[in-house]
Amino acid sequence: MSTPVTTSVPAAPAEDSGRAKSAPRLRRAKAHRPGRPKRSKLLTALTSLVVLYTVAPLIWLAVNATKTQSGLGDSNGLWFADDFALWDNIHDTFTYHDGVFTRWLLNTLLYVVLGAGGATLLAVLGGYALAKFDFPGKRGIFATVIGAVAVPGTALAVPTFLMFSKMGLTDTPWAVVIPSLVSPFGLYLMWVFATEAIPTELLEAARMDGASEARTFFQVALPLLAPGIVTVLLFTTVATWNNYFLPLIMLKDPEWYPLTLGLSAWNSQAETVGGEVIFNLVITGSLITILPLIAAFLFLQKYWQSGLAAGSVKE
Amino acid sequence: MTTLQPPVAAEPRPAPPPARRDRRSWTGWGFIGPFVAVFALVFLAPIVYSIYLSLFRDQLIGGTTFVGFDNYEQALQDDRFWAALGRVALFLCIQVPIMLGIALLVALALDSGRLYGKSFFRITIFLPYAVPAVVATLMWGFMYGTKYGLVGDFNSAFGWSLPDPLSPDLVLASIGNIVTWEFVGYNMLIFYSALRVIPHSLYEAAEIDGAGQWRVVTAIKLPAIRGALVIATIFSIIGSFQLFNEPNILRPLARNAITTDYTPNFYTYSLSFSGQQHNYSATVAIIMGLITMVVAYLVQLRGMRKGA
Repeated sequence: MSTPVTTSVPAAPAEDSGRAKSAPRLRRAKAHRPGRPKRSKLLTALTSLVVLYTVAPLIWLAVNATKTQSGLGDSNGLWFADDFALWDNIHDTFTYHDGVFTRWLLNTLLYVVLGAGGATLLAVLGGYALAKFDFPGKRGIFATVIGAVAVPGTALAVPTFLMFSKMGLTDTPWAVVIPSLVSPFGLYLMWVFATEAIPTELLEAARMDGASEARTFFQVALPLLAPGIVTVLLFTTVATWNNYFLPLIMLKDPEWYPLTLGLSAWNSQAETVGGEVIFNLVITGSLITILPLIAAFLFLQKYWQSGLAAGSVKE
Repeated sequence: MTTLQPPVAAEPRPAPPPARRDRRSWTGWGFIGPFVAVFALVFLAPIVYSIYLSLFRDQLIGGTTFVGFDNYEQALQDDRFWAALGRVALFLCIQVPIMLGIALLVALALDSGRLYGKSFFRITIFLPYAVPAVVATLMWGFMYGTKYGLVGDFNSAFGWSLPDPLSPDLVLASIGNIVTWEFVGYNMLIFYSALRVIPHSLYEAAEIDGAGQWRVVTAIKLPAIRGALVIATIFSIIGSFQLFNEPNILRPLARNAITTDYTPNFYTYSLSFSGQQHNYSATVAIIMGLITMVVAYLVQLRGMRKGA
């Protein structure tokens, strides 16, 4: 389920500043909430079960990344094997097959920088336009883009592949980057966010002072949009970093694989005739693949949670 | 094309035109133009091309010929297509309610303010969302193993005989578990964000009326986040109908259980990339797209009407 749809923001954006103001007030009111309910040990214990479910596989991955290929088979999956081979595994992951993993890592970074970066840029510009300008075709654009979210990726994959192959783009980074540039969710979130975060009077004042539209955008609007931009960037990064289906159909040459495709190839290598079984490297490579994103979500919590909250403020 | 519009966002109300007529200019296009251009290239053009492809057939004798709706007729009588569709429909009916149910319960628990260490719960339950489907599937695939995996470990450690999660009978449930694991936290976050913005005055009024916790949940919280529930349901439906990554990556471990036409998406992929039947593949994809949109639309109608 690699839906291009990263997440959704329930509720419609309020169209005017009157309601926008209620957002921060609400949150403040909640912080000083009178009559705080009593904490419940039972409820905490029940919710802990869900945490166990979500975290246990990640712990399994971390534990098993320390095992050699033979240790994986001999030892219990829930505990360490006799040999602690994590450093060897990391070393082998990066050097196996002349360091192809490093190449995949760099490819993934390239796709993220161009794809997610570009998608965020287009979403910020477009969201700003929808929020603060009235222009011909605006409603049509909005309806089409939101409707497009419902079109299954499958319906697009085959024709996109055929089109790109006629244009000579398949098996090049562009085949992965270009489709990643469109994020309907990002556009929607930036539209909601820009509606709320940028007072129209501020833009009018800037124009009155004779600032060009570009200058108004970069100097007045952009700084106010920062939390929304971080949120969109984070979610488009996840979508690009984790993308599997698109590169799978577009790329034949392992030189251009992203990490996801490379790991999958290593995993299937075990069943090809004469293929070397390297599950230890698949597991260690998986761990290396997920760490940057988990770190990003943890360190940027404050930003993306406020960005998402702003998106759902108007129920 | 506009199936999703009302719940996601009500029609953007037209800005008061008379006072601001001067603002209605093409300036906005300078900002949205780039998005629209790429959108047209990667969304609209493929849809149009796909419809075009579905009306032709590529034959050994005679080359590419226009066949009208023959491909559609063939697809509607294609047992492999219907079997795949039945599988994802079953998946949808069981996995989606379980996943959304857990997500909703956790969101309500977080919102109730009765948890110790609330932010720890919120972030750890959300974490799997950052894990690629490939890694999630490989990880669970290893754990599912009866020989070297966790299931095998349990069997030998406790003398159990757990069934093979990758056997034909159980593999769909095993895929459902992977998908649930990946997206439960993400849906929880959608619900939680919606719960947080319910006006506090409503709770105070309920307190004065002497309403209990559950009454507050059923009478205030659930109705207030209905929009978020409908959205999450629709996205889960779209996701289920598109199911591909998990079965595709799990297939090397379960060749007998997962066929190359296991889901409709897998079927179109195999048709196109192993069978070179691009025209027929496009047709199946279009039918799937239409079914998805119709189901999403029906859910939306029903969800918006209920108790409104």
